[in-house]
Amino acid sequence: MDLLVLLIPVFPLVAVLLNGLLGRRYSHDLAHRLAWGSVGLSFLCAVGVFVETLRTGVAREVVAYRWIFGGDLTINLAFLVDPLTCIMLLVVTGVGFLIHLYSVGYMHGEEGFTRFFTYMNLFMVSMLLLVMGNNYLVLFIGWEGVGLCSYLLIGYYYDKVSAAKAATKAFVVNRIGDAGFLLAIFLVFVNFKTLDYTQVFAQAGQLSTGMATAIALCLLVGAVGKSAQIPLYTWLPDAMEGPTPVSALIHAATMVTAGVYMIVRNHVLYDMAPVAMTTVAWVGGLTALFAATIGLVQTDIKRVLAYSTVSQLGYMFLACGIGAYTAAIFHLMTHAFFKALLFLSAGSVIHALSGEQDIMKMGGLKAKIPWTHALFLVGTLAIAGIFPFAGFWSKDEIMAHAFVHGQYVLYAMAAIGAFLTAFYMFRLTYLTFYGASRLDPHTAEHVHESPPIMIGPLAVLAVLSLLGGFAGVPPEAGWFHQFLHAVTAVGRGGEEHGVGFGLVATLMMVATAIALLGWGLAHYLYSVRTEKAAQWAARLPRVYATLLNKYHVDELYDALIVEPTKRLGLAWDWFDRTVIDGVVVGVGRMTHSGSALSTWIEKYVVYAALNVVGYANHQAARSWRKLQTGQVHHYVAILVAGFFILVHLILAWWGGASGIGIAAR
Amino acid sequence: MIPLSAYVAVSAVLFTTGLIGVLIRRNFIIVLMSVEIMLNAANINLVAFSHYLESMAGQIVALFVIAIAAGEAAVGLAIIIVVFRGRLSTNVDELNLLKW
Repeated sequence: MDLLVLLIPVFPLVAVLLNGLLGRRYSHDLAHRLAWGSVGLSFLCAVGVFVETLRTGVAREVVAYRWIFGGDLTINLAFLVDPLTCIMLLVVTGVGFLIHLYSVGYMHGEEGFTRFFTYMNLFMVSMLLLVMGNNYLVLFIGWEGVGLCSYLLIGYYYDKVSAAKAATKAFVVNRIGDAGFLLAIFLVFVNFKTLDYTQVFAQAGQLSTGMATAIALCLLVGAVGKSAQIPLYTWLPDAMEGPTPVSALIHAATMVTAGVYMIVRNHVLYDMAPVAMTTVAWVGGLTALFAATIGLVQTDIKRVLAYSTVSQLGYMFLACGIGAYTAAIFHLMTHAFFKALLFLSAGSVIHALSGEQDIMKMGGLKAKIPWTHALFLVGTLAIAGIFPFAGFWSKDEIMAHAFVHGQYVLYAMAAIGAFLTAFYMFRLTYLTFYGASRLDPHTAEHVHESPPIMIGPLAVLAVLSLLGGFAGVPPEAGWFHQFLHAVTAVGRGGEEHGVGFGLVATLMMVATAIALLGWGLAHYLYSVRTEKAAQWAARLPRVYATLLNKYHVDELYDALIVEPTKRLGLAWDWFDRTVIDGVVVGVGRMTHSGSALSTWIEKYVVYAALNVVGYANHQAARSWRKLQTGQVHHYVAILVAGFFILVHLILAWWGGASGIGIAAR
Repeated sequence: MIPLSAYVAVSAVLFTTGLIGVLIRRNFIIVLMSVEIMLNAANINLVAFSHYLESMAGQIVALFVIAIAAGEAAVGLAIIIVVFRGRLSTNVDELNLLKW
């Protein structure tokens, strides 16, 4: 069992190393088989772990190795397997596996095929670390890893300027969130002296409300960045520059839900901080509504889906904020199914149309690509919340919770959001698949259904989108809730609101009515009276332009943050060039002048003196060297003469008498 | 009994002979021989004083001098041969490169 847990992230890691280091040496076939094969094996291991957890019902910690230790501090590279992790594991590896399979078809013949799969597998490794880690540091490693892979894959077509810019934008915006997340980790460590979830949550009761609020809000900043909520959501629509499987895997099904996972994982801290909870709920509610309104008028098929992702993530945050953690994870799971399905079918459409993404240039595709149409329709029904598709159960549960908790404003926002969701999704469907064809004649000739390797995974996802919701049936008491209860009940009184059947039924009816209303309006505007849509847009030009330009938020951020930052950079550049460089250059000039002076002194004073001495010596030597004749005799003669002189001098010195006496005797 | 002064006198005569030989002769070999004479004059002196002062030190030094004289003669003759090969001459006046 422990081995099984450890193996889950190891398989993709091996594939990353092989494909990353040796991928150029072997064929694309082997590369993609390694990629999806490894994820498939991980999925099998995850199923094994899931079954085991289901059987024993015990959370389990597996220590891979002791990583950082010293003094009281020990941080392990360790994994925590509890019901929440199991759900995330199944979603990540399962959906990931299907998307990998799909990518084989979608990316066929693309430049950098092996690179793509290396990044994808690296993403899987990071995401698995993120959901499996048993402490904040491992979570953070995974958190940064998925951010990196997101950056690499958004910028996959790196020779496209817009893709490179979008990648940078995603990375920089995520940095803001990560700063908050890091602060939260520091606060946790300062307060608990440990980073392990179990120990932190066990001691959480000692925390003051203020500190719990601070930690929870810092975590929220991280979650908002990663999960693209107001105010940091702007990177996600731009992230659609990446290949469509990337949008499906990273920017819809898994990575962007990491924020939700983190909040649910830390719900013990959030439960202690009502202010933070309220903030989460309102951030979620506002995002759900706000992004949905933008989605109404966008014309790029992937961007509509991106705004819908932002909106759906808003629902999950809303659920977290009112304490409905199970509902949040439930929606996370169903959303992973139907949003991956929608993105991949959209990819199939784009594939069929040779890269066309503008829905205004589509239409009438139902007859030409029937399979894609059927699968996309399943996804649309699921996200719109039509009974009995997955989205109906999970979204309805969130809305019911909002209602039961007395958050009527939030309920209204969610309900309006649901109406808008149904509307823009059916608008997308009608514009893409129904009505008259608005295709380029040139593109129209080449329209073709996608190969089985792409349709197959879509079919599986469609089945999941249809049936996935039944994991949470009946509401509040379904299998899913009982399974997750072990996690979400920690540190709480264990009271999940008991809701009367009558109220539940009423709320379900209302939700269905809302969804059908949205569908009906879309049907009216884009199928029955197609000219009406343009008329409405013309009647409200301001509103339409504002929505089309995404409330000018990007421009606002540019003006408020990006441009001032750039200006500050330029100002610093000026300061650096004039002041700091001025000082440096000034010192250099001073040194230079000093050395010039020194050179002059050397040349005209020191050398002059030396030359004088040398010349004098030279002249003196000229007369004296005559003495050196080279004749041995002369030398000997001088030697002897000197010797005699010396003897005479010594004798004279010593006062002669005794010396001469010896010589005389 | 020959007085010490006699030995010293002989020694002085020999030394002077050698010195003059070194100063005035032009043949390198003769110059070398004159140096040997001077050395032997010193030897006589040493031995004579050794005997007179009844100390063996003088005689031992004389033996050292003889050994060194042999070495000096060998090196000196070798130099002469080399110079002769180069210049076909043993005239000391022509060997005047040892100057500034």
